[in-house]
Amino acid sequence: MCGIAGLIHRGKQSNVGAEMTAMLQALKHRGPDSTGFAVYGPPSAGDLVMRFKVAEQEDMGKGHGIEARIAERIDEVEKRIAEKGAVIKHRDMATPYARRWVISPASDMEALAAYIEEVDGAEILSLGSALELVKDLGDATVVSGQYGLGDFTGTHAIGHTRMATESDVDIRSAHPYWAFPYNDVSVVHNGQITNYWNMRRQMERLGHRFQSNCDSELLAVYVAHDLANGVALEDSLRKSIEEIDGVFTYLVATKDKLGMAKDTMAAKPLVLYESDDLIAMASEEVAIRAILPQEIDTYDPYDEEVRVWQA
Amino acid sequence: MAGMSWTPDLDYGKSQETRARDLGMNTEPLTGRSMEVFFEPAEEENFVYPWAKDVDFNKRTELDADGLTTTEVNAKIRELMDQGYGTIVIQNPRGKHSLGVGILNRLNLIIEGSTGYFSTGLIDGPNVRVNGRVGWSCGENMMSGTVVVEKNAGSTFGAAIRGGDLVCKGHVGSRTGIDMKGGTIIVGGDTGALSGFMMQRGRMVVCGNAGKNLGDSMYDGTIYVGGKIRSLGVDAVEAELTQLDQAWLTRKLTQYGLMPEQGVGHFTKIVAGKQLWNYDNLEPTEKKLIL
Repeated sequence: MCGIAGLIHRGKQSNVGAEMTAMLQALKHRGPDSTGFAVYGPPSAGDLVMRFKVAEQEDMGKGHGIEARIAERIDEVEKRIAEKGAVIKHRDMATPYARRWVISPASDMEALAAYIEEVDGAEILSLGSALELVKDLGDATVVSGQYGLGDFTGTHAIGHTRMATESDVDIRSAHPYWAFPYNDVSVVHNGQITNYWNMRRQMERLGHRFQSNCDSELLAVYVAHDLANGVALEDSLRKSIEEIDGVFTYLVATKDKLGMAKDTMAAKPLVLYESDDLIAMASEEVAIRAILPQEIDTYDPYDEEVRVWQA
Repeated sequence: MAGMSWTPDLDYGKSQETRARDLGMNTEPLTGRSMEVFFEPAEEENFVYPWAKDVDFNKRTELDADGLTTTEVNAKIRELMDQGYGTIVIQNPRGKHSLGVGILNRLNLIIEGSTGYFSTGLIDGPNVRVNGRVGWSCGENMMSGTVVVEKNAGSTFGAAIRGGDLVCKGHVGSRTGIDMKGGTIIVGGDTGALSGFMMQRGRMVVCGNAGKNLGDSMYDGTIYVGGKIRSLGVDAVEAELTQLDQAWLTRKLTQYGLMPEQGVGHFTKIVAGKQLWNYDNLEPTEKKLIL
């Protein structure tokens, strides 16, 4: 039982960082293990935001000279970025083990991303011109405060509060998942995928990388694969309902779109609110009420329902 | 041998009074000076919980749920009933879960807004009106009373209900009336997949369309659908809509203001095909033991 939430403003920007924090805090009871945000700001021209981590939160308490090793890993990442011909324009330190860097694009971003992830403990959480993805252990206000999301302005966001059922409690297995190596695509998921290993092997044969054993990562890879092959987001979501088995409701966000898909059993919840300028959705109505105090009309999407909204 | 000549009076059909007396269902006044009646078959008090609160419907109060937890709101409702309030209005529910559960009393409960999961579940007696939307499992396991939801409802609406009327004027999610064992569920709009799954008794009326696998593995009970049915589930079959059905539908739908303009003649009636009724059959392993 995880909690997922999404919101998209049509034709305007808003403080989506604070809004998503409020929504996820209302869903804390659905999953207290970790919280993740994928927020989308106005796309920057040229430069890319890369968020990555080089260690788990758990490692920090264990000692073994982790600080020195983190410094070594960061240096290695920096070296590899330079090697692939990209320039680091700006450096932010989010936590002792996570960084937010603005880099100029390299000629082959996929090769760069794969090269960086070869560094011990390194994982790119997100890469893109509009997307900022943060995830860590703790509830929404803790994570949001830690990574300074409170004043983030943008058009849309998705988020997740996790109760681990299929894999470990760490950042690696936390949502949202960035759709490696596809810029600006992220996925959150509530459910269980039953043909995970079959689908994963299929995807691995096509050359995709998996960072965790979390079934939700499959959805990110699946969507990324389709988008890279020119399939429209809506078609990819529709196809996923037929090809992926299990009970799931998931949200996908791209640079300017937000999509949802619900499995054939409609076994996982989602409540939708639609108006002319704002669409909000969440596992439970409390999350939508957290940002909309006035009386609103909401409904549950049915089985096999797929929707895509444009920012 | 006097006893042998006695013949029991089996002709109970003749007199209601005889029958009632033989069952001990007659009024029993005390013969002493008090003349107190200590048993009366028609007495209403025999059928309410001994701890039921004496409430007055004309005593009305409002309860602001803002800033309170679900437990506090529910405890407050009981407190107000203790004070004799028979009409309680809950303001600002803001999608809270489990509001108004377990009320075993007569009460007018009005919820001014939307609730989350399990709202007014496990109730026995109250008349509830929700002027908003309800989340999953509204009215779950209710025994009696009425719940009227003005907007949409989530999935598993009226799961395992045993009695009373559960009404949603909007659309409901999937698995409506799953495992229902009695009572009536009425939906003004559409219902999702697997509605009436394993229902055992009771009636479900859907004025709009129904999703796939309607009435899957139903044991018994009746489903009426006004719109299209995407597909029927295992062992759910169509039956003839009788005059009695139509009369009942007309009365029931009129009662809640959901009577369709074209009447009820177009409703489809779904019942159990009873092909899965294998209660007397032995399992293969049991057969071996007997043979």
